[in-house]
Amino acid sequence: MLEAHDLACLKGDRLLFRGLALRLEAGGLLRVAGPNGVGKTSLLRLVTGLALAEAGEVRWRGTPIRRDREAFHRELLFLGHAPALNDLLTPLENLRFACAAAGDDIDEQSCITALARIGLENQLDLPARVLSQGQRRRVGLARLFLAGQRPLWVLDEPFTALDVTAVADLAATLSDHCEAGGMVMLTTHQDAPFARAPAVLDVGVYAC
Amino acid sequence: MLSTFFAVLRRDLLLAWRGRADVLVTLAFFVIVVCLFPFGVGAEPNQLRAIAPGVLWVAALLACLLSLHRLFAQDHVDGTLEQLLLSSEPAVLWVTAKVLAFWLTTGLPVVAVAPVLALLLDLEQGGLPVLVISLLLGTPILALLGAVGAALTLGLRGGGMLLALLVLPLFVPVLIFGAGAVEAELSGTGAAAHLLLLGGGLAGALALAPWGCAAALRVSTE
Repeated sequence: MLEAHDLACLKGDRLLFRGLALRLEAGGLLRVAGPNGVGKTSLLRLVTGLALAEAGEVRWRGTPIRRDREAFHRELLFLGHAPALNDLLTPLENLRFACAAAGDDIDEQSCITALARIGLENQLDLPARVLSQGQRRRVGLARLFLAGQRPLWVLDEPFTALDVTAVADLAATLSDHCEAGGMVMLTTHQDAPFARAPAVLDVGVYAC
Repeated sequence: MLSTFFAVLRRDLLLAWRGRADVLVTLAFFVIVVCLFPFGVGAEPNQLRAIAPGVLWVAALLACLLSLHRLFAQDHVDGTLEQLLLSSEPAVLWVTAKVLAFWLTTGLPVVAVAPVLALLLDLEQGGLPVLVISLLLGTPILALLGAVGAALTLGLRGGGMLLALLVLPLFVPVLIFGAGAVEAELSGTGAAAHLLLLGGGLAGALALAPWGCAAALRVSTE
């Protein structure tokens, strides 16, 4: 489904990794591992099409992602390191905009339900600048509850700044998504209680 | 498809309203720059009348340039730009929405205040309609060309200065035909030719700049 072969990533004038191959089937959960600076985030950006690989190619359902970008992005949910929140908007406004910008037509009630489910029902009308780091992260993660129709989730450090219960809830959500035939690719340094142990891709093996 | 366009437009207008101090600063800058000229060149009405169209146009152009770097900077920092680039809708749509919101909050107030400042500089009243029309046609071109420059210089060190160096030469034709339109109207030759050229420039910029801007954003965020 999602496959890449012979990927090489150049950052500045330094080659981060080369010859990297990966394959993610429906229901698969892939954890990208490796020490800091080895190129985990860069790999996620290559896979989502935000960055261009120096060599190699990423394919989605057999088609190179660059050839039909919009069709690929319709099936992709990427949550990056920055939570994509504007400080002047409320969590609800941020979430509704994030869905609309991605091209999903989601009504206000569903957004409120998603925010309540992730534990922000009392912060709906506060500007995002007064939220804590963990709460900001949760606003971004609330999109997961609204993106069931997008099979491929690519998450960069989703567990950072979350408390123990939130980590368990998120792990359960990701496991459920895989159970339903979705795919999850994530980076994390934390051990999370997944229902099934994730496959591990160690970028360090391909480091230059 | 248009829902993305309107979502971005609504959000940017809402953000401009919540951060309205920024909009007022641009407007105040425009007013102050124009007001400086009588102090610099003297309050002789004939002289002011002669330079009025040029002064108003240069001030409008600088006011636009002053706020251009804000167009994508915040979205770039907080990650919103990445999400927009991953949208399943064409990038041209939301780029156009962002530029439109930028023009509505920066260009339009300048156009609205310009006639008052024109009276301050004693511009003949016959020239006022042409001044407003030329600004209405010209400032969107400034916003569209400037957006390409802002996208290219996104995230660079000293991007603000680079942006000015990059786009000011491109603004020159707009300035020539914009200020020229008012002068042509006052000298009796009629402003139609200048305004038609500005209109053509706007159509061209509207057709090409969003594509250039979207491509530049992809390169800048890579």
